[in-house]
Amino acid sequence: MAASAPAFPQGPVASRGGMTGRRRRNLIAGYAFLIPNLLGVLAFSLFPIATTIYLTFHEWNLSDTPVFNGLQNFVLMAGDSLFWKTLGNTFYYTFVAVPVAVFLAFWLALLLDRKMRGVLSFRVIYFLPHVTLTVAASIIWAWIFQAEFGLINWALSKINVDGPYWLTDSRWAMISIIIMSNWKGIGYAMLIFLAGLQGIPAELLDAATVDGANGWRRLRHVKVPLLTPTIFFILTTSFIGAFQAFDQFMIMTNGGPAFATTPLVLYIYRNGFAYFKMGYATSMAAILFLCILAITLFQWSVARRWVYGFDMDN
Amino acid sequence: MNTISTEAVQGRPAAGLGAGTSPMGTERSRLLGNLGAWGLLSLGGIIMLVPFLWMVLMSFKSLDEVYTFPPQILPNQFLFSNYAEVWDQVPVARFFSNSATVAISATLGVLLTSSLGGYSFARIDYPGRNTIFLLYLSTMMIPFAVIMIPLFVQMRMLGWINSLYALIVPGLFSAWGTFLMRQFMMGIPKELEEAAEIDGCGHFRIYSTIIMPLCKPVLATLAIFTFMGFWNDFLWPLIVISSRDLKTLPLGLAGFQQKVALNTPWHLVMALAVVSVLPILLIFIIGQKYYVRGIVTSGLKGAA
Repeated sequence: MAASAPAFPQGPVASRGGMTGRRRRNLIAGYAFLIPNLLGVLAFSLFPIATTIYLTFHEWNLSDTPVFNGLQNFVLMAGDSLFWKTLGNTFYYTFVAVPVAVFLAFWLALLLDRKMRGVLSFRVIYFLPHVTLTVAASIIWAWIFQAEFGLINWALSKINVDGPYWLTDSRWAMISIIIMSNWKGIGYAMLIFLAGLQGIPAELLDAATVDGANGWRRLRHVKVPLLTPTIFFILTTSFIGAFQAFDQFMIMTNGGPAFATTPLVLYIYRNGFAYFKMGYATSMAAILFLCILAITLFQWSVARRWVYGFDMDN
Repeated sequence: MNTISTEAVQGRPAAGLGAGTSPMGTERSRLLGNLGAWGLLSLGGIIMLVPFLWMVLMSFKSLDEVYTFPPQILPNQFLFSNYAEVWDQVPVARFFSNSATVAISATLGVLLTSSLGGYSFARIDYPGRNTIFLLYLSTMMIPFAVIMIPLFVQMRMLGWINSLYALIVPGLFSAWGTFLMRQFMMGIPKELEEAAEIDGCGHFRIYSTIIMPLCKPVLATLAIFTFMGFWNDFLWPLIVISSRDLKTLPLGLAGFQQKVALNTPWHLVMALAVVSVLPILLIFIIGQKYYVRGIVTSGLKGAA
């Protein structure tokens, strides 16, 4: 414990007398304030982590005693075509939905950054889907995508296009879910971009204007560079979120048709709670974690090449 | 943020030497730009709002009106009875009170534990503090989907499967909330409490009479985030709750939609959707300021 002493060099401890009594009081108070919280965090995150590690090496159907099976879970996974299929679905969803959402949200934020009438209402409107329950939003969109009576195919029929069977056609189901997810998620990214844009000092943009920079150049050479930390933040958090998306897949297609929209999380859920393969499901969850970790670490490692001020802060 | 911004541009050569456009020209192009922006935003805004509008309209239609092509936009008459019918078919009041019980208790719990923990991390010096704080930061990085099965196993060991305890108790503690409170409390000047300390106040008095009143805005942010998170949550209740009387709104809604796979009474499903969405939209609109502030601070903290 003495080793952590340098961790609080600035404390007022040294500035007054009665150190030991004060120090002891701080120690007691510090832990007393923290204990309820600490116990909870330990119980509901460290315990599951330990259980994860245990279960990855076991086969367990939830009722009998778990049986140690070494790396069998991972061997099984390597040969499980549905595991690869659903992992692929997760990647497909993530790497299409996130870049599209970030791109659209960026332009949306630029439009909403103007000083004009009604702009505040627009911000609220674009943000409403984000606070809506995903389950409710998925149900609404399931009907909007409905092939025979849905709004989209009706709109398409107006321009003489025969709309597809969105949610039951394996070519279109994932795209439909991506559309719904971006409808729901764009407001969040927009708001963070907006905060970033409004953090850019007006003098900088004025100075650029005086120097003859037109709108495009101000965007390209002032706003975009200054927003790179914001883009980085949105990309990292959105990737993590997209890897775990579940509700819309469960509600809109229930993973179908023919597993075309089963993401890894849904496959894990089924293995755990429909087939009771707890060890196998947990092992896949561990792989999911490693994927998220790898992508996050990769983003951090390339960040210094494009994110402004990344070195300074980290 | 601001320091980064300033440095960025100081290090950047000016974009060009050309003279600026005449003031009149810029004014006119600004107006034209606004007009274009307005057009685009309205178009997008319609796309954002149509699903909500459609949900509300469908909830008042008869089943025949739902199944028509081309879609009938307005119902022949607004059937408020749909809402009563949902009430008859599923225990809406139970769903509602379960959702409210879970969301409110978890929110109160998180406010209490996070503010106490945040105070401990931000304003008390003691050995081991920084190590424990690092531990908190690392638990924040573990996605829920990864630990859902072990967490289920844990609830089973505690005998909480199919009980609201499984929804509430793990939710009483939040590493993220503790982090948020700590960051805010770090910004409160030390002198404030030093005076109190000379007067003989202990930490609990300082926490409750000096620090907490100053924390109102961040407490509001944390409260709204936590409440909405629990109100909207689907996967975890889906895992631990099975009996109908314990379902929360998202779970009840999903169950109602899937129960009757073939002839889904879409008008009733939409009525239930309206009931579940309305409270959260109201809370958002009332607490907008705090919600937005929370997103913005967490966004900038992560970014900078």
